[in-house]
Amino acid sequence: MINTWIRYSLNFVVLVLVQALILNQLNLGGYINPYLYILFIMVLPVAIPGWLLLILGFFTGLTIDAFLNTPGMHASATVFLSFMRPLFLRYIAPRDGYEPGSLPIPAHFGFIWFLNYAVLCVVTHHLFYFLVEAFTFNNIFSTLWRVIMSSIFTLVFVMIAQLFGQTRTKRN
Amino acid sequence: MRNFFRFIEKYHFFLLFLVFETLALYLVVNYNQLQQQTFISTSNRITASFLEISGSFRNYFALKRANDELSRENAFLRSQLQNMAETAPSRNVVSSVDLLTPDRFHYRQAKVINNSVNKQFNYITINRGAMHGIKPETGVISARGLVGVVKNVSPHYSTVLSLLNTRLKVSAKLRDSNFFGSLEWDGHSYRHVVLTEIPAHAPVQIGDAVVTSGYSTIFPDGILVGTIEDFQLGEGEGFYRIKVKLSVDFKSLAYVEVAEKISGEEQRNLEKQSQDD
Repeated sequence: MINTWIRYSLNFVVLVLVQALILNQLNLGGYINPYLYILFIMVLPVAIPGWLLLILGFFTGLTIDAFLNTPGMHASATVFLSFMRPLFLRYIAPRDGYEPGSLPIPAHFGFIWFLNYAVLCVVTHHLFYFLVEAFTFNNIFSTLWRVIMSSIFTLVFVMIAQLFGQTRTKRN
Repeated sequence: MRNFFRFIEKYHFFLLFLVFETLALYLVVNYNQLQQQTFISTSNRITASFLEISGSFRNYFALKRANDELSRENAFLRSQLQNMAETAPSRNVVSSVDLLTPDRFHYRQAKVINNSVNKQFNYITINRGAMHGIKPETGVISARGLVGVVKNVSPHYSTVLSLLNTRLKVSAKLRDSNFFGSLEWDGHSYRHVVLTEIPAHAPVQIGDAVVTSGYSTIFPDGILVGTIEDFQLGEGEGFYRIKVKLSVDFKSLAYVEVAEKISGEEQRNLEKQSQDD
């Protein structure tokens, strides 16, 4: 139990710092910004209580907001992601359900399953975030373009991050 | 009452979601009212110190360019000094002219520790704050031109609304004809901003310089913004929409100066008084 807390705290710190100090400084094509930090929400245990998921989502978003001077924007998107996550997990549940203690990572459910899961999570978060950022449905195509391009880059980084995480989180 | 608790228990996930989402969107919507909240921003001590470390790495690689820029500014200032000496032969004239000049600004240098160009709301964080005399609503310029406006100030750091922030509007004019309009970013290219409200009878030419108007208390008069790259007259509209190529390269910003108008407070109070009348 304590082990889990330490591992997730470490996850949090590493992802926030990578996001704030590296990814936020990238300038890909002018307006593409990958938001890898949502990986923290994505890989929380399947059986995490809903209230804890929402609280963690809120504070993760708020931390990123502090680095980007966007009070509330990332928080609103990560809270929405946290709200949708249980629905996604139910939607793509394996036939015999989830075993206790399983994590939504490729090592537990396979690469294809994780890719589906990641696409759902990333697109949901990015769509919500970029709509809140634009705060209008004018220029909807420009907003959607941002969503698509940034989602692709976030997914690439999410997959790259799996190369580093897999050995640590082998099924036991 | 029992039903109520059962209701809460049953829908606690959804209700909690509503609470957090409302809180987050409240922060988004009330952004402009929450001027003083420096906690959720890069001028907060913790975030700023992280950014300062990574910023010092980036600045190290930008040293050569910063050097070039500073030496060019030096040369420019030196030539201006010479011009001033020529136009004002005696010392007394200088001081009397000085007294009549209304726009006196105090400049403080600062280093950029964080900066972005790829968001809709781009901000710059600088390593000077209230302890160094930085105040909110003061202008930020670099050797090459206009940069932004100070927004939040903490003891050691400040966040600056970059000109590349769709929330910032600046009063600017055509340098040659003094027609003034409103300058803002359209959120697309980090090399361009848009100048509107220039009347159709104004002489507009590609390559003309656009500078700050000096009507606000934030910027000195005549700070370069950029040059006109393209312009069009909307059909049935009396105003130009002018695309301005920025003189500042926001991607490679390293050192800036914060300009504080010395009599700014007085001007703001006076203007507020006449508005209230």
